[in-house]
Amino acid sequence: MSLLDVQDLVLSFSGLEVIRDLAFTVEEGSIASLIGPNGAGKTSVFNCLTGFYRPDSGIILFDGKSIIGRKPHKITQAGMARTFQNLRLFKSMTVLENVMSGMHCRTSAGALGAVLQTRSQRKEEEQIRQVSEDCLDFVGLLAKKEVYAGNLPYGDQRRVEWARALATKPKLLLLDEPAAGLNNEEKKELIELILHIRKTLGITILLIEHDMGLVMKVSEKITVIDYGKRIAEGTASEVQSNPKVIEAYLGTENEEEAL
Amino acid sequence: MGNSTPREITGWADWLKPQRNRLLVLMVMAAIAMVIPLMANNYVIEVLTNAWFYTILCLGLNIVVGYAGLLDLGYAAFFAVGAYTTGILTSKFGMNFWLTIPVAVSCSMLAGIIIGGPTLRLRSDYLAIVTLGFGEIVRIVARNLEITGGASGLIGIERPVFFGIELSKGIHFYYVFLLLAICACYVSYRLQDSRLGRAWQYVREDEDAAEAMGIDRVGVKLYAYVIGAMFGGIAGCFFAAKMTAISPETFTFSQSVLILLGVVMGGMGKIPGVIVGAFALVLFPEVFRGVGSMRMLIFAIVMLVIMLYRPEGIWPRTKS
Repeated sequence: MSLLDVQDLVLSFSGLEVIRDLAFTVEEGSIASLIGPNGAGKTSVFNCLTGFYRPDSGIILFDGKSIIGRKPHKITQAGMARTFQNLRLFKSMTVLENVMSGMHCRTSAGALGAVLQTRSQRKEEEQIRQVSEDCLDFVGLLAKKEVYAGNLPYGDQRRVEWARALATKPKLLLLDEPAAGLNNEEKKELIELILHIRKTLGITILLIEHDMGLVMKVSEKITVIDYGKRIAEGTASEVQSNPKVIEAYLGTENEEEAL
Repeated sequence: MGNSTPREITGWADWLKPQRNRLLVLMVMAAIAMVIPLMANNYVIEVLTNAWFYTILCLGLNIVVGYAGLLDLGYAAFFAVGAYTTGILTSKFGMNFWLTIPVAVSCSMLAGIIIGGPTLRLRSDYLAIVTLGFGEIVRIVARNLEITGGASGLIGIERPVFFGIELSKGIHFYYVFLLLAICACYVSYRLQDSRLGRAWQYVREDEDAAEAMGIDRVGVKLYAYVIGAMFGGIAGCFFAAKMTAISPETFTFSQSVLILLGVVMGGMGKIPGVIVGAFALVLFPEVFRGVGSMRMLIFAIVMLVIMLYRPEGIWPRTKS
């Protein structure tokens, strides 16, 4: 059974269909990609998966259970974590505090525990800190844990988002354009990090990406969408040679040149 | 498991070390606060009691506004629910004052859930409008019900007896409110550095990101609302006991605004700032009492100047 199974997904905004009968699956332990030209509806798919948008119809099964209509925080709790295309860090909080947010859904202390500082509350705080530091260590940012997130360079802010997502202890990690704004060196590190996450943490990864080079290097299965519809699916080489894909991409490139 | 003990010890040492100076300052301040009423006249005691009373209210509202970032324009309603519950139970049913506290606190928390439950789903400032309406509803209900004594309010609220001493003098209530204010500070501090405190901050900074991190934004906000209501409820109980009479006019919209003003003027989300704000609220009009009816005008001007030149408050949250 696939970890994520999307069938006949339809999403529209006031009559305009953004996603049309989209279907794809993500196998457990794999690295899959969702690609497509600008405005193809990639981020909308992510927003449906994570509960921020409610699709008009269709099926989304995560780990065998339907997640349509569930609140975003419940979906995160079920084991799906995401990063945002344009970074959404808690900027005036420290890096460590940012990552600690991920542990919220795995812990339970309430007001009474905090006021009385019960043994279990202190233990839990210690655990939150420990896991968060481990996650920061994993992405190589432990040394900057006390820095305010907003003061970090862009590449590091990305890593904080990753660590924060990892701290939710996900089964599936959704990465929304992780390579956007990174230089070549950083992209190489990113590829290593993606492979490292799968290998050592066993987390399944689904990424949305513009950067074809990166997608081709890491993903086992690529789903190409355009105008909210799946136009191709397969391995990197299969997709690359698909005429529909070439048309979709070249089409947009031509338009860009025309501008 | 085995290494949890040494970790705890270093935890305690860490807690003591950097805070030792701060702890000393706090203890000196507490000592001063304890001694002052012994040398002051009744007027000063009365004013300071009032300042501590507003400190509790402002700290309660600070949890809602400062920590969770929710604009609440009807906070006096929770304070009214607490005061009226105690008032009704002691004057009409002859209940012991101390026994009314849990009832009053439960009622104000329930009021928090009733108003917060449906409205905290709203984003943005709709919430402010709803809370404003709620504040007025509570006041108008109190004004029109028979059990709340209508427009003239309740009189003859029982004075609490504490280990054989009837709390009736100003100095008694000074210590009661000082103690409550200290408790309010303590609870605020503990909440601020907790899992819940951080969750409020996440939601305040970016609701969507917080939700994507698995935080139930509505639940967390409701939590802030209910704890804020609890502070208001407790303050209300003791207010009723101190005044022995309450009327709807104590819980007007301007009362809510005044409390909010203390929070904003002092420095939202910062406990010492909020205390400074509460004191400023009470002391300014008193200090300028000499200028007679002009004092509220001066008060307004001072506030405008503060807001113009220190929009983050007198003692704001530090940000790098």
